[in-house]
Amino acid sequence: MSAIKVFVPRDSAALAVGADEVAAVLSAQAAQRGLAVELVRNSSRGLFWLETLIEVQTPQGRVAYGPVAPEDVAGLLDAGLLQGAAHPLCHGLTEQIPYLARQERLTFARMGVTDPLSLADYEAHGGWQGLRRALGMDGAAIVQEITESGLRGRGGAAFPAGVKWRTVLQAPAAQKYVVCNADEGDSGTFSDRMTMEGDPFMLIEGMTIAAVAVGATRGYVYIRSEYPHAIAVMNQAIALATAAGHLGERVCGSDHAFHLEVRKAAGAYVCGEETALLESIEGKRGVVRAKPPLPAIEGLFGLPTVINNVITLASVPLILAKGAGFYRDYGVGRSQGTLPFQLAGNIRHGGLVEKAFGLTLRELLFDFGGGSRSGRPIKAVQVGGPLGAYVPEAQWDLPLDYEAYAAVGAVVGHGGIVVHDDTADMAKLARYAMEFCALESCGKCTPCRIGSTRGVEVIDRIAANQNKVQHVHLLRDLCNTMLHGSLCAMGGMTPYPVLSALNHYPADFGIDASAADPA
Amino acid sequence: MNDQQKQSASIRALIESHCTMQGALLPLLHAIQDLLGFIPPAAVPDIAEGLNLSRAEVHGVITYYHFFRSEPAGQHVVQVCRAEACQACGADALLALAEKTLGCTAHQTSASGQVTLEPVYCLGLCASSPAIQVDDRLHARMTPHKLTTLLTQLEAAR
Repeated sequence: MSAIKVFVPRDSAALAVGADEVAAVLSAQAAQRGLAVELVRNSSRGLFWLETLIEVQTPQGRVAYGPVAPEDVAGLLDAGLLQGAAHPLCHGLTEQIPYLARQERLTFARMGVTDPLSLADYEAHGGWQGLRRALGMDGAAIVQEITESGLRGRGGAAFPAGVKWRTVLQAPAAQKYVVCNADEGDSGTFSDRMTMEGDPFMLIEGMTIAAVAVGATRGYVYIRSEYPHAIAVMNQAIALATAAGHLGERVCGSDHAFHLEVRKAAGAYVCGEETALLESIEGKRGVVRAKPPLPAIEGLFGLPTVINNVITLASVPLILAKGAGFYRDYGVGRSQGTLPFQLAGNIRHGGLVEKAFGLTLRELLFDFGGGSRSGRPIKAVQVGGPLGAYVPEAQWDLPLDYEAYAAVGAVVGHGGIVVHDDTADMAKLARYAMEFCALESCGKCTPCRIGSTRGVEVIDRIAANQNKVQHVHLLRDLCNTMLHGSLCAMGGMTPYPVLSALNHYPADFGIDASAADPA
Repeated sequence: MNDQQKQSASIRALIESHCTMQGALLPLLHAIQDLLGFIPPAAVPDIAEGLNLSRAEVHGVITYYHFFRSEPAGQHVVQVCRAEACQACGADALLALAEKTLGCTAHQTSASGQVTLEPVYCLGLCASSPAIQVDDRLHARMTPHKLTTLLTQLEAAR
């Protein structure tokens, strides 16, 4: 009898709830019982409330069990885990779990399915097809394909990727770079981490296509120090891809050279801003640069640089493999393709939901998320990270697309969605936004460096009921200065959570709605 | 060689192996901290000379980034995430509990020298909040009871 494949995830979120222990107990129990088991450490499907999610390969497909604790393993084996038998923890065929079945997984198609570090798995699931096609095209044609796909920067700024690439392509230089921004510091986001831990060759392929397109020969993946597993997997994947000839002097046997390296960040949130990130790779304090010059013209070490977020680059292989039209047909308006939304915070079914743009927050919160984890009413939802607005229930039916959100003073950003129940104190969260800005400001521009500290003080005075009306006015004025006078999004967007908290939840600041009205 | 000499010899070896790298300072500082657990202030002049930087530039970088430490931490480092997703699931109470259990505030080390307590801003486990990290080990869906048990074990393990 051949060994039965059992999948136990190795994603950080699975390890953090004991996946290694589950894997160890499973191996030991199988050996003890004389059962032939082939243990595969896959990545996570992104259904994090079910972690540790074990899957068993059966003739009908993969059957899911979760959340499995080490002490559940013996009972599961007794019940016939290896045959995909019924058990209270069994969810049937993984692909048919509604949370997964209702998604549109394009970029995350392989996530949780394959062994992240198996080149054979990657190849068997569509890997390198995009790169092979790109190698037969000239740079301008690749850039045109990206432009036509409608792909916009997934890091949050939503700048058209094709425009960035074209600028680098047209900039004459002996040396150009491709830099991946993997400094995913936003609370509520983990899609970059999952990509690096769960499908690293996809990111490598995307960066290599970018390099081939613009004529870059060196690349860096700048990964936050809080992601040790992502750093380890990316380093291993780069070594494997180089050994297999997908990276190096001759990319897949072509005349293109591309050398890729991981750089470890050091815990500065503002280094997620692209120019601060470049400074950091150069070995300096991560202080924001004034633009222009654009990084596309004078980027890393003063040379033309493509700098994109992980998900932007990870979306590239599919676009090249299946064509711009395939990707563009997902989404709405000018928000084309899909976004891996990340359901986080106080939510029952937290995890990764990749869907085309255009669904609503309400669908995500209730159809996917199942409401709050605490069972209490959801009060506020912060969309787009710590610099994103708190979205009140009145706006939960808006389509999630960049323009519709911008129209109400909110942002889709990197797709992080943090849920707070009715115990949340919005004045406290507004204060935290200012406090975080003060802590993480690079200090270069005054509105951000000083404004954030003054912001904390003003909110404290509002909370202490000192000259409340004047201080609310002062807070708005301060936010206005930060919005318009800051050098980058750190100071320029900290007012989003602050003002949205003030406008939509005035009672938490002890003011009535009329006083909160900005008019 | 005494310990001091051994330490500076190993730092010099790391400087040697990094000095031709482009943008070497962060990788070098990581290598030193990986080896020693911190970056000794006495090493700053050597680093500066090795990378052709000013001492001010090296000091500036070490102190700019939260990750780098200029003093050794306790035996174990406990990081409690206090970013929004974890706040929505009781992170503030967890940090307060950790402070009470360890008898020190955030950024300090417990009197036993066993545990350094630090806030951290996002471990990327936001769908399984609240999250903490103990040395290299991540823990999600943390509860006050589990945290107390963990911290008590760390404090007792001498």
